[in-house]
Amino acid sequence: MGDFFSAILDIFGSPTMYGSSVRLGGFLAFAALGELVAEKAGTINISVEGSLLAGAFCGALGYHWTGSTGVGLLTGVAGGLVIALIQANMSHRLTADQFVVGLTANVLVLGLAGFFNAIVDPAVRPAAVVAIPGLSDIPLIGPALFGQTWPTYLLYPLIPLTWWLLYRTRWGLEVQAVGENPQASDVSGIDVNKRRRQAIAYGGLLAGLGGAFLVLGQVGSFDTAAVGGRGFIAIAAVYFGGWTLGGTLLGALVFGFADAFRLAVPVLGYQFNAQLLAALPYVLTLVVMVAITKQLRQPAALAQPFVRGLR
Amino acid sequence: MTGIDTAPEILPSPAAPHGRWRSARETALLYVLSVFGALAISAVLVAMTGNSWPGVFKALFDGAFLAPGRWGNTLTIAMPMLLVAVGTTVAVRAGLFNIGQEGQLLMGAMLMAVVGTKIEGPGVLLLLGGLALGSVAGGAYAGISAVMRYRRGVPEVISTLLLVFIALQVTGFAVTTDWFLRDTDPTRPQRAQNSAALGPDTHLPVIRVFGNELSLGVVIAVVIAVAVAYLLARTIWGFRFRVLGHNARIAQKIGIAATRNGTLALFISGALAGLAGAVMLASGSSSYRFTPGFSTNIGWQGLLVALVARSRPLVCIPMAIVFAALRTGAGFLASTGVDRKIVDVTQALLVLALLIPPAVVFLRNRRRAIAAVSEAG
Repeated sequence: MGDFFSAILDIFGSPTMYGSSVRLGGFLAFAALGELVAEKAGTINISVEGSLLAGAFCGALGYHWTGSTGVGLLTGVAGGLVIALIQANMSHRLTADQFVVGLTANVLVLGLAGFFNAIVDPAVRPAAVVAIPGLSDIPLIGPALFGQTWPTYLLYPLIPLTWWLLYRTRWGLEVQAVGENPQASDVSGIDVNKRRRQAIAYGGLLAGLGGAFLVLGQVGSFDTAAVGGRGFIAIAAVYFGGWTLGGTLLGALVFGFADAFRLAVPVLGYQFNAQLLAALPYVLTLVVMVAITKQLRQPAALAQPFVRGLR
Repeated sequence: MTGIDTAPEILPSPAAPHGRWRSARETALLYVLSVFGALAISAVLVAMTGNSWPGVFKALFDGAFLAPGRWGNTLTIAMPMLLVAVGTTVAVRAGLFNIGQEGQLLMGAMLMAVVGTKIEGPGVLLLLGGLALGSVAGGAYAGISAVMRYRRGVPEVISTLLLVFIALQVTGFAVTTDWFLRDTDPTRPQRAQNSAALGPDTHLPVIRVFGNELSLGVVIAVVIAVAVAYLLARTIWGFRFRVLGHNARIAQKIGIAATRNGTLALFISGALAGLAGAVMLASGSSSYRFTPGFSTNIGWQGLLVALVARSRPLVCIPMAIVFAALRTGAGFLASTGVDRKIVDVTQALLVLALLIPPAVVFLRNRRRAIAAVSEAG
């Protein structure tokens, strides 16, 4: 038992642990920020998993063809957006069930990525590490936050941007209204399903960027198992945060930390049950959701489709 | 949360002046166009790799039905998919979206392996006990999500999904741990990642027809599909589920307990997925040995079958055969040089394509109803 505590201390004191927490949590944060907007508008967008994988694969493709990380990030964004648009139009134009569409979109992306990956087999190298002078000298958190590959830094401006969009623009207020009371929004002249489609599209943009970041800014190779269900953890991060921006980011960090913990334990030379460690982020997510979901007030119309004139 | 197939039934089709036949013809045309579109996209993907799609189609068909012994194979793969799909149907009808069948299936197969390899006793009893316990394990695993939903408000869509990833690790732990399920036979060099094989007397009987071998499980699965169709359509339990799924508020007003019926529906759907896993193991999947990758996506594909069949248990039967045929047919694709992932793409495209016509019909009927109302007023 003493061993266990010294292991915990070692892990919490290790700078690599903080660095990988930010990398893994940052990846989740890209997806979770977009998912937050989609859920504020009333959609539990489970195709975020597909958008992440599409972003990862298209990002790898873009890099493979041009050798430029910037182009790779852009193609990744496009890939994520395409999946989001399929989801948005099927569920909020054609009124198909949002979960059915999302789930199928995820299967579709998995199949497409596997199919084309076998043909093209994109070669990827991770982007350069750029340490921000001054800030990266802060002990422990300095290198973790400001000594990363440059695509990581794209996350930081996205946080205030999303906040501004959601809470300080007419569009954002309408998005929130649509998620709370679609009937009232409709009567006051807001096109409910259009706002929902746009919110999902914004989520797709961010998830695509997140997927491309995973491949180009973090792992440096593509594999169809690269995302491996972490899109669903991003959804859980939104729940964790009680549909607030700060809480969602905190959730992404906590789950990223759990992921980093899992990776750090064997590296630091400790023996621990491998399966239990691998299950840890998912178990933690479920435990957190069980503990707090009931205390939270979710958008009132979350996961409820809107068709004018019904109910 | 609405069920998958509730939307089109909310407004009945108004008696349009052009009559019902034209509507039916339009609907049929929509279905044909959608399916054709999905297949055309798949054909384009094949063509992009420089292969001829008729050749791919022929390879798929040979692999699924024509080559010796293949259709028995296809039906044996369709069996667990059908069980999973029928279970999904029950949950969807009750307005719950269980998408964790892959994990529930693994739990069922794991319990079957425990009973079949760790307990001594007469084979028939072990077989029946394993199937029963496997079902209970799958049901209980889905039951976790039900408790989370009704006690703590955690949406079952997310909890069932996360439980899949946990089930993968639990089964990985089981087959690498000596006291749990790992094969302890020291003479087998590759025992590190799998359980001992089920004894021959705990195998499900195999039926031989025209040189094809089918598991008895195929018969069981079809019987269960028919039974569930009957239960849903013609009994008070099925009625309760359907009311709950259609309109939770009305269900509450007329005294249908959401918690009890919802939990029951989730339990049944998990139990059928668990049974699917147990039956797979007892009918010879991965040589009667439980392994970490044992489920081979059968749970996910069974879920897609239920979606394509729009939650009608009897429609699940042909759809399960179609999906299983794509899967067994994919085994023959290697000779054409097309990656077998094309089959996954085709399956997903088919599901998406089949979502379109009912939604279009729904919107069209609404438009006509509104037009009729404004004309009358």
